[in-house]
Order: sequence, then C-alpha cells, then structure tokens
Amino acid sequence: MAMRSEAVPLSSRADLVRGLEGFPLLPMAILVGIGVVAMFAGVLAPHDPEVGSLALRFRPPAWQAGGSIDHLLGTDHLGRDVLSRLIFGARVSMVVGFTAVMVAGAIGTALGIVSGYLGGWVDQVIMRVTDTWLALPALTFAIFLTAIVGPSEMNIVIILGAVYWTRYARVIRGEVLSLKQREFVRLAIVAGCSKVTIMRRHILPNVLNSAIVLGTLMLGVVIVTEASLSFLGVGVPPPKPAWGLMLADGKKGLMVGYWWLTVLPGSCIMLMVLSANLLGDWLRVKLDPQLRQL
Amino acid sequence: MTRYITRRIAYSLLSLFLLSLTIFLFVRVTGDPTTLLVEPGASQADIDAMRERFGLDRPIWVQYASFVQSIVYGDFGQSFYYRTPVLELYLSRLPNSLLLALAAMAFSLLIGVPSGILAAVRVGRFWDRAGKVFSLLGLSLPSFWVGLVLILFFSVYLEWLPSSGSGSVWHLLMPAFALGWYFAAAHMRLTRSSMLEVLGSDYIKLARLKGLPESLVIAKHAFKNALIPVLTLAGINLVIMINVAVVVETVFAWPGIGRLLYEGITFRDFPVVQAVVLLGGAMIVIVNLLIDILYAVIDPRIRLEA
Amino acid sequence: MSTRALLELQNLSTHYVSAKGTRVVRAVEDVSLRIAAGETLGIVGESGSGKSTLALSILRLLPPAARIPSGRMLFEGEDLLQKSDAEMRRVRGKRIAMILQDPMASLNPLFTIGDQVAEPIRVHEGATRASAWARARDLLKAVRIPSPQARLSQHPHEMSGGMRQRIVGAIGISCEPRLLIADEPTTSLDLTIQAQYLNLLRELQRAHGLALIFITHNLGIVAKMCDQLAVMYAGRVVEQGPVRQIFKAPAHPYTRALLSSIPRMSDGRQRLTAIDGQPPDLSALPPGCAFAPRCPSAFAPCREAEPPEVAGVANSRVRCWLAAPGAGRGNAGNGAL
Repeated sequence: MAMRSEAVPLSSRADLVRGLEGFPLLPMAILVGIGVVAMFAGVLAPHDPEVGSLALRFRPPAWQAGGSIDHLLGTDHLGRDVLSRLIFGARVSMVVGFTAVMVAGAIGTALGIVSGYLGGWVDQVIMRVTDTWLALPALTFAIFLTAIVGPSEMNIVIILGAVYWTRYARVIRGEVLSLKQREFVRLAIVAGCSKVTIMRRHILPNVLNSAIVLGTLMLGVVIVTEASLSFLGVGVPPPKPAWGLMLADGKKGLMVGYWWLTVLPGSCIMLMVLSANLLGDWLRVKLDPQLRQL
Repeated sequence: MTRYITRRIAYSLLSLFLLSLTIFLFVRVTGDPTTLLVEPGASQADIDAMRERFGLDRPIWVQYASFVQSIVYGDFGQSFYYRTPVLELYLSRLPNSLLLALAAMAFSLLIGVPSGILAAVRVGRFWDRAGKVFSLLGLSLPSFWVGLVLILFFSVYLEWLPSSGSGSVWHLLMPAFALGWYFAAAHMRLTRSSMLEVLGSDYIKLARLKGLPESLVIAKHAFKNALIPVLTLAGINLVIMINVAVVVETVFAWPGIGRLLYEGITFRDFPVVQAVVLLGGAMIVIVNLLIDILYAVIDPRIRLEA
Repeated sequence: MSTRALLELQNLSTHYVSAKGTRVVRAVEDVSLRIAAGETLGIVGESGSGKSTLALSILRLLPPAARIPSGRMLFEGEDLLQKSDAEMRRVRGKRIAMILQDPMASLNPLFTIGDQVAEPIRVHEGATRASAWARARDLLKAVRIPSPQARLSQHPHEMSGGMRQRIVGAIGISCEPRLLIADEPTTSLDLTIQAQYLNLLRELQRAHGLALIFITHNLGIVAKMCDQLAVMYAGRVVEQGPVRQIFKAPAHPYTRALLSSIPRMSDGRQRLTAIDGQPPDLSALPPGCAFAPRCPSAFAPCREAEPPEVAGVANSRVRCWLAAPGAGRGNAGNGAL
C-alpha cells in the first residue's frame, strides 16, 4: 500500500493485483462511459440539442404510446430531443465538474501547503478566511457569487472553485503540519533549500494522494451543486443543455405527467454522483487509511 | 470557563467581521455595484442618487464602515420587488424555513438514529450493509431530485399530497422528507460510528460483566453516550438546513427564506440576495457559538478543565 | 489441596480466527487450572501471554472473532461452556465477577455512582431502587469510601482514581459472587494507594469467602496476595503451584528469568537482567516449546515438540522438557542463572 511519504512503487505483480482489490468496476465504467459520451457528443447525439420544433413538443419516450424511434427518449417543451440534450448535458457536467474540482483543488492545496508550512500570521489569516468561508453553505455562497458576476460556463467553474477550495485547504494543511516534522523535510532545510523549493519538491508530492482522494469525494458534491445552480436558473445559461436546467424545465410538465423530462436527467445526475462517490470511497481506503476520517 | 467563553465570543466576532468583509468586497470589488445595487430599469438620476447614498466614490474602507454600520442598525436595504425593508421580509419568511427545518430534522433523526444504532449493533451483518447503502444513497441523491420524484409519485400518480405551497401538514410532508433525506444519512453514519466507539469502551464491557441483559446494555449505557455527538451535529445541521433549503423550497414553492433567495435572483433583487447570504452565514456562526457555550456550561468535564 | 475446586479449567483453548479463516492466533492453549473457594490465584505473564483472554474466556465475553475449540470450564461443577447466553448472563456479576484495569473507563460517565453500583443488584436480585441504593451505600462503606451517602449521587469524574477503583471493587462484590477476577487492578493506581487497595481486597475476600484470581505482571503483588500462582507464556501455563514453592525454587526457565529480573536491594548486581528476545507471534509459532527461542537452557527436544505438563515438587506443575521424566539433565539449568 502506498505510504504517506515517498510513494512506494508497485514493484510486483502481486502488489498490483492486491492494489486493485475491490476495485469498483461498475462506477468506474459509468464514469468513463459518461466521459466518452461527453467527448463524442457531437457524433453520438442524433439531433441538435439546442434546436427543436414546436410541433414535436412533449413527445414521450419511444416505448410509450405517442413516442417514436426518432426521439428515443422523447422531447421537451420546445420540441428538443431529450436524448441529445442528455448527451450534451453530460459534456457540461463533466467539464464543469472536473474543472471546478481541479481549480478548487489547485487553490486549496496551494493555500493549504503555504498555510501549513509557513505558519505564523500567514497561517492565521488563511485559516480564519477558510473557517469563515466554511461557515457559509456552499450553495448559498455560489448563488451569491453568480448573482454578482453573472452566470456563464467559465464563471460557474471559477465560482465553484472559489467556494470549494476551503475543503481542501483544511485537510492539506493538517497533513503539511505533520509532514514538516519528517526527516526528509528537515534534511532539505539543513541543505539550504529555499522555502519555495521545499514546498514544491518535497511537500507537494506527498500531499498529492490526499488531494486526489479529496478530489474524487468533491466531484459528487460539485456536480450536485452545479445541478442545483442550473436548476435555480443561475447555472450554465441556456440554451446550452445542463442536466439541472433540464430538471427545471421538466418540472413544468411534471404535474401533467411528462415524467421523462425530470426522471431521465435526474437519473443521469444520480448515476454520475453515485459513481463518483463509490470511486472516491474506494480510493480513500486504498490510498491512505488515515484519511478514512473524511 | 469564562476564559473559554470569552475566547469563543471573540473568535465568533472575528468570523462575523470576516464574513461581512468578504461579502462586501465581493460586491464592491468583483461585482459592479452600480448594476447590482440599483433597481433594474433605473434612470440616470436614480443611479446618481444611489452613488451618493452608498458613497461609491469614497475610499473603500469608508464604504465598508458605513456598510457595517447600516447592518448593525438592521438596515439591509429595500427590496426592489417587494418594496419593503429587506430585514422585515427576511424575518417574515424565517419562521416558515424554521418549521420546514424542524420537520426535516425530526424526520432525519427518526430515521437516522435507530438505523445507525441497528447498524452498529449488527456491525458487518445485513443491517449494517443495508445502512451503508442507505448512507450512500443519502449522499448521492440531491434533495431536489428526491423532491421531484416524490411529487411525481405522491402528487401526480397517487394524488395524495399537494405539490406546492404551505398551510397544512400535508404540504409539509414531502418537502421535509426531501430536505431531511441527506441529513438522515449523515446522522445515521455518525450514530453508527459513535455507537461503535461506545460499544468498544470499558464501561460497556463492565456492564456486560455485571451480567446485564444486552438490551439494557445498549438501551441504557450505550445509547445515551453515543447520542451526544449526534445531537451536537443535529443542532448545527438544523441551522444548515435552514440555509440550504433553497432548492427544496423552490421545488415545493415553500415560502421560506430559501424561496426568498430564489426570488431574489430571479427578479434581480440584489439587496435580498445579499441579505440572505449575510444573515445565513451570521446565523451559522452564532449558533455554533451558542452550542459551544452550552456545552461548556453543561458538560461538567469541560467546566472543571477550563 | 483436597478441597473441591470452585473453578476448574481443563485443557481450555481460545483461538482468534481472522475473517477469512487464514490466520489463527492461539491466545490460550491447553490451559488447566483450578482454584478452590477462598483461595487467591495469581496469573502472571507478559502482555500478550493470554492472561486477559483467559479471564474473558471464563466469563465467555470474547469478541466475535474468538473460538473456544476445546476444553471444559467447570464452575461449581457446572460446565460454563455448555451454558446458554441467558444462563451465562446470570452467572456474570452474580456468581463470577470481574474488575477491569482502568477504573475511569469502567464507569459510565453519564450515570451516578449509586445507579451503577445498585444496577447489578437490581438486575440479578430484582431489588427495588430504594433497597438497592441502601445496599450500594453499605457497599461503599465496606470499601472505605468516606461519606458514602453523598457519593451515591455523584458522578465518576468527581472521584479520585483510588476511589473509582474502590467503587469498581464494590460493584464487583455487590451480588456476593463466589469468584472475583481482577485484571491488573492496581496498574493505574498510584503506588501509595496500591497497598491500601490490595489490603481492602484481602479484607473483602476474608469477609465474603471470595476466591480471587489476580491477573498481573507484578510479581510483588503475587508474593503479597496469592496462595497459588500460574505463569503464562504464549498462551500456555508453563508453571503453576503454591506461591512459596515457586518463588523458592522455580522449575521453568521463564519463571526463573522473571524472578531474577526483579531488582532486589540485597543484590550486589549493578545491572538489571532482562529476558532476551521478543514475545512470540501467536499466529506463527515455531514447532516445539514456545519459549525455546529465548530459553537459556533449551536443548534438542525443546525445538521438536511441545513439552507436556508434568507434576513437580509440592503440588506444582511444570511444562518443560527439563522437568520431564528421563530428561537426563533433570532440573539443572545453566549455572549462570
């Protein structure tokens, strides 16, 4: 099992096999599947997701009366093909989700390292800000920020990064604090390495494990938040198809029984989040048992 | 103990200060105050008047000082849409959110605590595994998704429950379930781990050594001790629930502060948005403080220590 | 030792089995002991020797991973291993009681002292709250706790360590058991309080006719309190018998090493003798005697087969090839000891 410091290379086949024990095959397949769909959306989608014909609105999925093979999963209130929108929506979820997680991770890890390693007033300032921002519920904060800067795909990613970096910072800082005591760090100090070098070459690689695990755990949360934002109308702006937005639109038809407009996008969100969480759980146990507290 | 309390209060004041500063800076620095703080469709004269009023051409710390001053006096501005002071609006909606949160909390505890205890007592066996599945689902199913599915079932198909509005217990059921769902899973997990820890302790061993029946060991000795961290979390979660109910309240058109926030962003009613965020954050900081103080007073061990 | 045994363990073994059934830890192996009413038996050994597992085995409070594959535990003539869970429950606390090592951890922080002392009385004898609390007060008095009435309504954290240990002792004797097992009862106490506590235990023993099993690693306590002694190593009893006899002439090399490692004022030696090596891994024992790798007197048979338990001097028993009949060199160990 990889240790917290110098990563032990998987030196034998037995190690590799043992390392893959309990690998969540299905969740990984789902995530990869969604990723593939997202990448090849242009090729896979049968129709243009943003254009629809009003004559074809509210068609049910193919297996219900009134549906057709042409629109396998039905159409929405503007006559747009649901399947195509779902496929392109995958792109939005994947892109926004992953990018936001990486942005949050980059900021959070960097600040966590700086805060933990430098200590002193830098640490105090960063930690107070972190704690304060942690007190604000993520969704509320994100809504607030979109109200200020206006929604666009880029903005959403930045906003989500800005909201979620605090989760990383706390944990990484904790790790750095204990890493600081380790031999190899002290050796580096004695050898005269600059603080920046130490942080970059010695500390960073060792907190990477935790950052990755946190990332997978955050992925699910970020996706739900993004979907919530879209649902409320302040996410990725229409007509770009986001699953959350589809849910909001679909709600209008809910009372009349147009179930596919909510159940289908909702299920996609659920699948993606579930898979991310299962993967994150497995990674957490594998990479660092000490992180089991998360 | 007084030292502990003073320290905590000072710390909370610092948090409140940072909170207001953050909000303030975001609005004045990254946002465009002229667009945000003025009603949509205002004339140039209105904009100039607003400039004057908010002192937008004065140095930033002066602006911040007057910002804090007006907050302390309870002046959060006027809602563009409702044309009433925001604070009044907020306070009128707060009881509804509180009601919803209480119902959701009751639900989450009623489901979460017993299932957590069951999972701990039957660790590794069927109920524990079922609990793990439940926990995963709770974490992964967004609350609005749960809400929408509920509406589909109970309002559309079965026609048992009303899908929106408030006013009766029937209106409360689905939103409370949707909101409480995630927290039920969270409470279950905490109850389980807390219970497991308690069950491994020496006083439980001694209780068994005394020859007490297992049901008594669990119900009397283990239960109360295991419950302490859960109740603490529940207290904090109550306030969090009030604040994250935005989506559930929107789905069910429940007239709480979550819905107010939604209206704020839909109608571009910025004073409302700012106030909800500010007051929400402040609420959480203050409740955290109160819980810590309460514990310092109640728990005799802390009292003796500090 | 013509008195009938109160508790008799016959070839008792307790193993911990890993989840997949691959690793077996032989925590207790083929242990035979007996204790008569009113006697005090000391069980001595390093940590990991199986002492605590043995105690929990007697009370059948082992964790789920444990199995008792063989042996009998006869208490007042009844085999405890044959009892159902409900019957065992009635034994615990009422007929056999146990005191744990850390008194602070043993007492539930949320309940009053009175509640915790009265509890076993109420459960086992169906006493009313009033009468149980009255008896609790008497028990606190018996264990020399000042102002017992006031103490009943207090909580564990309001007591000192010594008082807590006495309270745990009071709980132990509350239902007048025949046998009290004390697992390292003085380890967490200050030295000054230890002697008082031990005296108290002896008084209680005499007053109630209790048999006492003392689990400890402290030979000084054994010398002071115990009539009989059993020395455990790697889950086996390697030597047992009257305390005086064993202290005078220990037959097993491990016992000898233990006794000689106690610093004595009368010694002229400057250095402490320690026992070389580490305690063995109980899931992967080498063939032969478990102590052989560390034994200064080991010879060929020790590494081939486990020694049987044989009778020694004055009702003692030893599990060692050196003591086995026809072992050539008899009891002669190395002169260096």
